[in-house]
Amino acid sequence: MLPIDISAELGKYGGYAIFFLLGSGFGIALELAGFGDSRRLAAQFYLKDMTVLKTMFTGIIVACLLIFLSSAIGWLDFSLIAVNQTFLWPGIVGGLIMGVGFIIGGYCPGTSIVATASLKLDGLSFLVGATIGAGLFGESLPSFENFWNSSYTERYLVSDWLGWSIGATVFAVTILALVMFYGAEKIEEFFKNKDTGNEWTWKIKKRSYIYGAGILIAVAALVWSIGQPDPIRKWKIMESKYASQLSSKAVFIHPLEYVKTYNEATIKLVTLDLRTSHDFEIFHLSGAENVKLNDLLNTKVVAPLAQLPPQGVVVLIADNDSISVKAWKYLKVQGVLNLYILENGLHNWNNLFAGKTISGKTFNLASPPSELLEQFPKDSYVTKIKIGSKKRAGGLCS
Amino acid sequence: MKAKPNPVKNPYFAGTILGVVLFAAFALTHSGLGASGAIARIHVAFTKLFWPSHVDCVGTFATMGAGDHNALDHASIFLLLGTFAGGMLSAWLNGRMKVEVIKGPKITKVQRLIFALLGGIIMGYGARFARGCTSGQALSGGAVLSLGSWAFMFSVFIGGYAIAYFVRRLWAD
Repeated sequence: MLPIDISAELGKYGGYAIFFLLGSGFGIALELAGFGDSRRLAAQFYLKDMTVLKTMFTGIIVACLLIFLSSAIGWLDFSLIAVNQTFLWPGIVGGLIMGVGFIIGGYCPGTSIVATASLKLDGLSFLVGATIGAGLFGESLPSFENFWNSSYTERYLVSDWLGWSIGATVFAVTILALVMFYGAEKIEEFFKNKDTGNEWTWKIKKRSYIYGAGILIAVAALVWSIGQPDPIRKWKIMESKYASQLSSKAVFIHPLEYVKTYNEATIKLVTLDLRTSHDFEIFHLSGAENVKLNDLLNTKVVAPLAQLPPQGVVVLIADNDSISVKAWKYLKVQGVLNLYILENGLHNWNNLFAGKTISGKTFNLASPPSELLEQFPKDSYVTKIKIGSKKRAGGLCS
Repeated sequence: MKAKPNPVKNPYFAGTILGVVLFAAFALTHSGLGASGAIARIHVAFTKLFWPSHVDCVGTFATMGAGDHNALDHASIFLLLGTFAGGMLSAWLNGRMKVEVIKGPKITKVQRLIFALLGGIIMGYGARFARGCTSGQALSGGAVLSLGSWAFMFSVFIGGYAIAYFVRRLWAD
């Protein structure tokens, strides 16, 4: 199932080789579109040649449809795909600055690499400038760092913002792109530039455009009608990948390991207590949150769990391990990392710590201190928690 | 090398290739494409040659290349090298490999190089500000429906259109 973690499969340098090949494809696509020529890029802003808009949105729509179609039919786990973090206002301000740089310099960073590769000296000059600009940014950042880190949401999709399903959003975005393509063709007819505009390899017929648009709409409608898999369907698709972690008990932790983790300053522990609110009020572990199993199907509840930092650990507690296993499945397929179950819930908790004191004093059973662990033999439990250091977000821009 | 360059491809065709490459990038590496991150890393590596202690002092530089960490030992650098190689290959096959300064007819070559440098500085600054460029933010983030990327994309176009009139001499026929 996609995505493949290529660096884990092929090692670091094998991964680098794949990145090189992907980059080559990227460079070829940009060069074929004519983006090694700053006049063609600048012409976008004088409405003479809309190649930038057409190529960019075709790329976005094609990739978008492929991603969400593969996700809908269970070939790709979208929760593992890096989505650019949203820093709304810094992004907008940065975008405005880039627009200004774009029309003055005639390139964007990616296209200036292609221009330099085809020996365009203005491309090289731009690339040198972009390197300097990146440096100036780092130097000046301390004066506005708070703004730069403001209006942040880790994974904020257009569909979340609209309150629509992903399928409906994909369909709407496809229609939006087609409307823009139509507009771009009409605008070009008015402002045609003999140097750059309308100078393509194939003079294709109008009918071909209509077929192309028809295919895009059909795929978008398919994505919408299948829908993105809910956690229950997703588990069926992904069972083979994760079921062994349950059957081998690799994700069931001993209460003493919970105590150890709870007292670990470097770990951000989230404890989800699935028992009834009545039982929760009688006794619960300090810091635990009381949730219902069905809450774990709600993306608003799950999103913060899936976006924990790499040293975040989520532990599930229930009266019955079959409930915590169900909860584990729901959360696992929604991309929650470092997810564990407290074995037997709280049934052994009181017995385990009964009669124990620390330096002669009793302690709070809801938040046992780490000194307690010294009273148990070292081999009384097997350590299960492994902190994955991998963080999915961020991508290649950082 | 051909005497006359081939015409460029239909933008929808080039865009489809772009989209398939972008999808492949997500499928194989779970992140998309990008360019500006690698450019920032080149800056850090270059600064480090002359002023290593400074790299350790500036927050965003230190995260890429502090101490004995090599800023260039990163996937984005290999993506950039690939972009360069792919661009070169395609330009060579299509007869567009030629030393030249691309400019509007109303400005001199030196002026064009200066404006390209200036635009590059602004763009490089903006790309760090926005945490990604047209490739990493607009294209990659756009395809996975990131709201911030869509807001960013439209603001790039707005910024360009807002200024285009004032710099029209750069590109006028």
